[in-house]
Amino acid sequence: MAAVLSAPSPLTATLPEDVVLRAEDLHTHFIVGERAAKSVDGVTLTVRRGETLAVVGESGSGKSVTSLSIMRLLAHPGRIVRGKILYRMRDGTVVDLATLPEKRMRAIRGKEIAMIFQEPMTSLNPLYTVGDQIMEMIRLHEPVSRHEARQRARQMLELVEIPAAEKRLDQYPHEMSGGMRQRVMIALALSCNPALLIADEPTTALDVTIQAQILDLMRRLQRDIGMSILFITHNLGVVAEIAHEVAVMYAGRVVEQAPVEALFARPRHPYTKGLLACIPNPERDRAADGARLMLNPIPGNVPSVLNLPPGCTYAPRCPLVEPRCEGEAPGLVPAGPGHLSRCFRHELL
Amino acid sequence: MNHSPSPQGGDVLLSVRNLSKRFHTASGPVKAVEDVSFDVGRGRIVGIVGESGSGKTTAGRCILRLVEPSEGEAVFDGVDLFKLPEKALRAYRRRMQIIFQDPYSSLNPRMRVGDIIGEAIDTHGLAKGAARQARIADLLARVGLSPEHARRYPHEFSGGQRQRIGIARALAVEPELIVADEPVSALDVSVQAQVLNLIQELQKELGLTMLFISHDLTVVEYLCDDIVVLYLGRIMEQGPSREVYANPRHPYTKALLSTAPIPDPTVRRERVILQGDIPSPLDPPSGCVFRTRCPFAIEACAKAVPPRESVSPSHSVACIRQAELATLATQKVTA
Amino acid sequence: MAAVSIAPAPRITTLILQRKTLAIGLAVILAIALFALLAPLIAPYAPNKLSIVNRLKPPSGTYFFGTDEFGRDIFSRTIYAGRLSLTVGAAATVFAGVIGITLGLVAGFFRRADTVIARIVDAMMAFPDILLAIALVAALGPSLATVIVALGIVYAPRLARIVRASTLVIRELPYVEAARALGVPTWRIMTRHVLRNLVSPILVQATFIFAYAMLAEASLSFLGVGVSPEIPTWGTMIASGRQYVGQADWMTIFPGVAIILSVLSLQLVGDGLRDLLDPRLRKDL
Ligand SMILES: Nc1ncnc2c1ncn2[C@@H]1O[C@H](COP(=O)(O)OP(=O)(O)OP(=O)(O)O)[C@@H](O)[C@H]1O
Ligand SMILES: Nc1ncnc2c1ncn2[C@@H]1O[C@H](COP(=O)(O)OP(=O)(O)O)[C@@H](O)[C@H]1O
Ligand code: SF4
Ligand code: SF4
Ligand SMILES: [Mg+2]
Ligand SMILES: [Mg+2]
Repeated sequence: MAAVLSAPSPLTATLPEDVVLRAEDLHTHFIVGERAAKSVDGVTLTVRRGETLAVVGESGSGKSVTSLSIMRLLAHPGRIVRGKILYRMRDGTVVDLATLPEKRMRAIRGKEIAMIFQEPMTSLNPLYTVGDQIMEMIRLHEPVSRHEARQRARQMLELVEIPAAEKRLDQYPHEMSGGMRQRVMIALALSCNPALLIADEPTTALDVTIQAQILDLMRRLQRDIGMSILFITHNLGVVAEIAHEVAVMYAGRVVEQAPVEALFARPRHPYTKGLLACIPNPERDRAADGARLMLNPIPGNVPSVLNLPPGCTYAPRCPLVEPRCEGEAPGLVPAGPGHLSRCFRHELL
Repeated sequence: MNHSPSPQGGDVLLSVRNLSKRFHTASGPVKAVEDVSFDVGRGRIVGIVGESGSGKTTAGRCILRLVEPSEGEAVFDGVDLFKLPEKALRAYRRRMQIIFQDPYSSLNPRMRVGDIIGEAIDTHGLAKGAARQARIADLLARVGLSPEHARRYPHEFSGGQRQRIGIARALAVEPELIVADEPVSALDVSVQAQVLNLIQELQKELGLTMLFISHDLTVVEYLCDDIVVLYLGRIMEQGPSREVYANPRHPYTKALLSTAPIPDPTVRRERVILQGDIPSPLDPPSGCVFRTRCPFAIEACAKAVPPRESVSPSHSVACIRQAELATLATQKVTA
Repeated sequence: MAAVSIAPAPRITTLILQRKTLAIGLAVILAIALFALLAPLIAPYAPNKLSIVNRLKPPSGTYFFGTDEFGRDIFSRTIYAGRLSLTVGAAATVFAGVIGITLGLVAGFFRRADTVIARIVDAMMAFPDILLAIALVAALGPSLATVIVALGIVYAPRLARIVRASTLVIRELPYVEAARALGVPTWRIMTRHVLRNLVSPILVQATFIFAYAMLAEASLSFLGVGVSPEIPTWGTMIASGRQYVGQADWMTIFPGVAIILSVLSLQLVGDGLRDLLDPRLRKDL
């Protein structure tokens, strides 16, 4: 156990100053009897201070399990079986969340790292007013009076641009629209000033015009408060709008991490490239005479986490596959400035 | 009555006129669709876009008489579907089909795939015995599955495969018109592209006409020949999709197009971020339903429902300020 | 329901034997039924043979289950009683099933019928079961058939309610809408798409009704409006044994055990059938 006492932790030196969170070769499995669902099977990613790291991947690629591992909120029988989750606390010390005792974890949730989810209705308690829920959160972490907490709660609603904040404090979640509830979730998450916000598909359930409002709000809050964001999504369009850095996940692994411009300009992993080709693009997909051209889908399906192929997990669908890929798993290697790729043949791209 | 511009190509398969649907709920009537008119040319794909609750699904279900419309007509190949008695409608059911969004709830979990497709064949007595089996095998092959899959149950398939089964069921009766209600929205991007390709192939091969309901503007731009933009049950703008995407005239269309995320971080667009939420359809705003969120709303917008104005032979807009706003925009460019 | 399967059906016996609980449940209930059926061959005494000298004898080698207050052999009576108890339970369940499922489906599908059916069902469920049964038997005249009919009517609303509620949910699902879009006739949608997906809740409820019906029959007999008292049923046996609890517990214990065994085994069968009929749970195919 990497118990961090008063002395500076030996871990502190291992994390560069500007890095808030770094997962190293994280493995989270769900073990039922003989079978292990390897939902997260080698995730390495880095979140820098004040920046947004977008984690993008198709459903089942392990995005949510990664975020729940970081928060240590995994449901039974999920377990972190290997790897480190280094986190730099606000006071500068570095802890390994993967092994931190539950008691210390509780002090970190909400206060250091906060989380928002895709469906705001299920993560807000329908029986309490939103004001009560924000006040409870504040008073859980800070010794303030009810009155003070209410003031703060109102300020939080104003911060997330909810009109008539004072009146909204006394409303129940079901009295609000989806976009409004997501704002409340953000207010709740930010009420204790976390250094890192994990947002798991926060706009997926929303309409585009409301999604634009929420993305705009998150960008503004980041600029004003300077928090770091781990933003999970399956939408590459949203990634392009919000991210500084991008980590692409496939079948439980990060297959590529790069600054956002670099990733879109020149993806260095065949999966990322294939994913981008799947999204219709009116310029690319129309012939000169305006006729539609066919899309270039990735063949086949995502493999089951119960039965991952040996070697490179993308090999069954990869156009660049060679014999070596099927026997040996590629590591995450540098493929350009700040660019990492988990592919033997990334030079070809 | 006001006639909507007909699409290029002339031959109209389906013509919807003044369609309205009100649901009577405990809290009062919900105006799900109000006075919607548009034409669907034979062999064309018409996209219906709009935010959640704008009435896309309801419009599609009314046309297929899966819910009873409150008003209007839907003339399919010369016959008003809304006037047909249930018996006569059955013959038309064969000519129009539907594909659903949710690949899970759209297939009966207790029926084998062969029986799901077979039910369509049996209902219209299209084939029996060996011919029926051959037809099922052929349909499965056509949507990229194998004949052995007929024996399996829906839960044994992935989302994309289930969507293919739903498409095979719809094709089994050789329809002319297909209403596809968000057929790829629930699918992952890589699978979505596979299904979009399949839809296009089938459309070309079989000469299908499609009503493609979606909230994904990128997909609609790629796939659809024409587009109808709905907001709170009413049409805001309609026309050939290339024209509408290149030159959106309604403030709502502009906002919608400018906020659709594009997978390219180097594109810096001028975004029109709308304020507030869609109003409740229980109590829609008077006049222009969009006025509560429109950045250009003026007093006159509250007075009357804006009439449809043509901006080109097949492109029309329901906004009283559209001409004025168009000149404003060009002035800005020249200035 | 002419679901033409393409696959050769796996042998039903194999399917049953693969499921231990289903096999055990079936074995027990079949054994009980067999005992009842072959009662004249198995029972050592006639069920109504009096023997005042041997009254209230505890279980022994001569009287396996002891004797009652008239010296009748409890073992023989228990076996004979199974004939009527099982018949009443099964017949009442089937009767309740036919009425309840039909009413539930119709109410779930046709709004106009629903208002009428819902009102009747609510009214019937407002009465205590037994009171309603007594009234019905009294009106129809007591006999085996009327007891079955009355209990069927009494328990039908429970099924109707469950079927109606689920029908309202299922009929809104896209696969039902797809069938409507294809022009599939309503009655076929009801059976193929709705009823087939209601098998599990119906089976669960049916096992309950079976048990309730057997017990209710006992109460009716006890109150003198049931099947004629010469014919023993488990219910009447328990009813008469009640006065001797503490003194001759075997009078109630053995018929009680028979009821419990029947109900438990039926529940095992119900659970097993539910799994067997649900392709999602049928992994081994
Ligand atoms: N059966 C119904 N009873 C009452 N109101 C309904 C019913 N069906 C739809 N509505 C209402 O009608 C309006 C239009 O709904 P509809 O489902 O057509 O929207 P949509 O554009 O398809 O939305 P989405 O993108 O969410 O699918 C909504 O306000 C909805 O709540
Ligand atoms: N509680 C659980 N038990 C078993 N497997 C799980 C559990 N939660 C998630 N998984 C599996 O882990 C994989 C990754 O899931 P998730 O992280 O939720 O994917 P996503 O990238 O869509 O967020 C999936 O295959 C999922 O089935
Ligand atoms: S390692 Fe091989 S199979 Fe894997 S992505 Fe690279 S080329 Fe394709
Ligand atoms: S009519 Fe008025 S409110 Fe409606 S879109 Fe035009 S300017 Fe905006
Ligand atoms: Mg997820
Ligand atoms: Mg819809």
